Amino acid sequence: MTETEIEAKVLQLVADQLGLARSEVLRESEFDKLGDSLDKTELMMAFEDAFDVSIPDDTAAGVQTVGDAVSLIREHVAAKQAEV
Amino acid sequence: MLLPSKPKFDAMSKTPRTITLRRVVITGMGALTDLALSAGGTWAAMKEGENGIDTITAFSMPADWPVQFAGQLKGWDPAPLIDFKEQKRMDRFAMMAIGAADEAVRDCGFDFTTGDPYRHGVMIGSGVGGILSTEESHGKLLQGGVRRVSPFTVPRLMVNAGAGQVSIRFNLRGPNAATATACASSGHAIGAAYHSIQRGDADLILAGGSEAAVGQLCIGTFAAMKALSTRNDAPRLASRPFDKDRDGFVLAEGAAVLVLEDLEHAKARGARIYAEIVGYGVCGDAYHIAAPDEQGSGAFMAMTLALRDAQLNTTDVDYINAHGTSTPLGDAAEVASVKRLFGDHAYKLCMSSTKSMTGHGLGAAGGIESIASVMAVVESVVPPTINLDHPDDGFDLNFAPKTAQERPTRVALNNTFGFGGHNVSLCFARFDG
Repeated sequence: MTETEIEAKVLQLVADQLGLARSEVLRESEFDKLGDSLDKTELMMAFEDAFDVSIPDDTAAGVQTVGDAVSLIREHVAAKQAEV
Repeated sequence: MLLPSKPKFDAMSKTPRTITLRRVVITGMGALTDLALSAGGTWAAMKEGENGIDTITAFSMPADWPVQFAGQLKGWDPAPLIDFKEQKRMDRFAMMAIGAADEAVRDCGFDFTTGDPYRHGVMIGSGVGGILSTEESHGKLLQGGVRRVSPFTVPRLMVNAGAGQVSIRFNLRGPNAATATACASSGHAIGAAYHSIQRGDADLILAGGSEAAVGQLCIGTFAAMKALSTRNDAPRLASRPFDKDRDGFVLAEGAAVLVLEDLEHAKARGARIYAEIVGYGVCGDAYHIAAPDEQGSGAFMAMTLALRDAQLNTTDVDYINAHGTSTPLGDAAEVASVKRLFGDHAYKLCMSSTKSMTGHGLGAAGGIESIASVMAVVESVVPPTINLDHPDDGFDLNFAPKTAQERPTRVALNNTFGFGGHNVSLCFARFDG
């Protein structure tokens, strides 16, 4: 899965979960401004489900922007592919 | 923010503080019931003797369960009021509380963005709160552990979530609580709101209850205690209070909110006044966790205290909206208590159970039935007890069987009694200025 594919999927998930238009969500969007901490927690769960990865809580805590989430997920997906 | 000026208070003073009790009126009403998606629609349906009970469609019921029916809202969509993101944070019962509150607020004509928000409050009770969310999250917890449970679970399942969400919606910063006394929850909520306004702690309070318990957990567990009717072959005949063939209550969804307001506040803004709340009688059974004693001592005392609070005589009462759940023991105890308290007058007043039409909305019941009681004194029409084919032995009162009755009605009592032995009787009177 390429970074572009991951990014498209992440942005779509964020928009769906928060009830936003896809155009309202950017790589630069900050989770704190898009919703509250519960929204972010729920989104992290949605990312784990969608990409079949496990993101530790302390790593998730460092995610500020949608772009951060894309990078993190890319690393996890890559690590998982390397295992296989 | 400015704090109120410091009260002149001497902790050592032996002089008791005196409080002038203010009069409290009903200036707005809202409801979502299995009969209709508004207070007015629900009242109109009650007068026609309509029936809200049907086979459960909201989820798939195991075919071998003893109970396959309930009272469900028909075609209610929270979306126009509550956006997608907010819906995720709320159980159905809290969304229904907002739905009923929104109608009540529009109905009362007061703009809650004006005035001092610390004078505006909310008291919305519930029997079991967000039990549908509890059930769903527990399933996910068992399957996937903590990491699979929605982080919104706690704010959804709390029994006080209805009150909290309604306060946020309308910026109500005054008294804010939820009563949880099973089927008496709304009664206590309205009573507590009445006391707060009477004492001067608030000028306007949205009070009532909400219940969205039609799910497997609630149906299954009430069925296990054999509290529910099992008349699966004829669900619409199942809720039959006072009838000799009654076999338990019918679980129903519902929400109802009344706007209680200080009389002078209502007059000053030229509000339409439906009726006055003049009495709140409350007591406990201290007897059995889920059954009344046979004489209905709790019902007797609650009605007595409500009339004492209202400074009315038993002969002043024209209508009783009974708790009347259609259970064998509960109905008998309530009838016995009314006969004992009212004596000859028991045969002159009218007592009906609107649960024959709505089923039993648990923590919402007292709110829905307060609306029926208020409208009875507004219109001098008593809603019927449908399905009452053969009154039980000795049940010889006027239960308004099958059809509504037009009769002069100035004073109405609304009884609600909850598992746990919680008894409430509210007294409403026609407002004559």
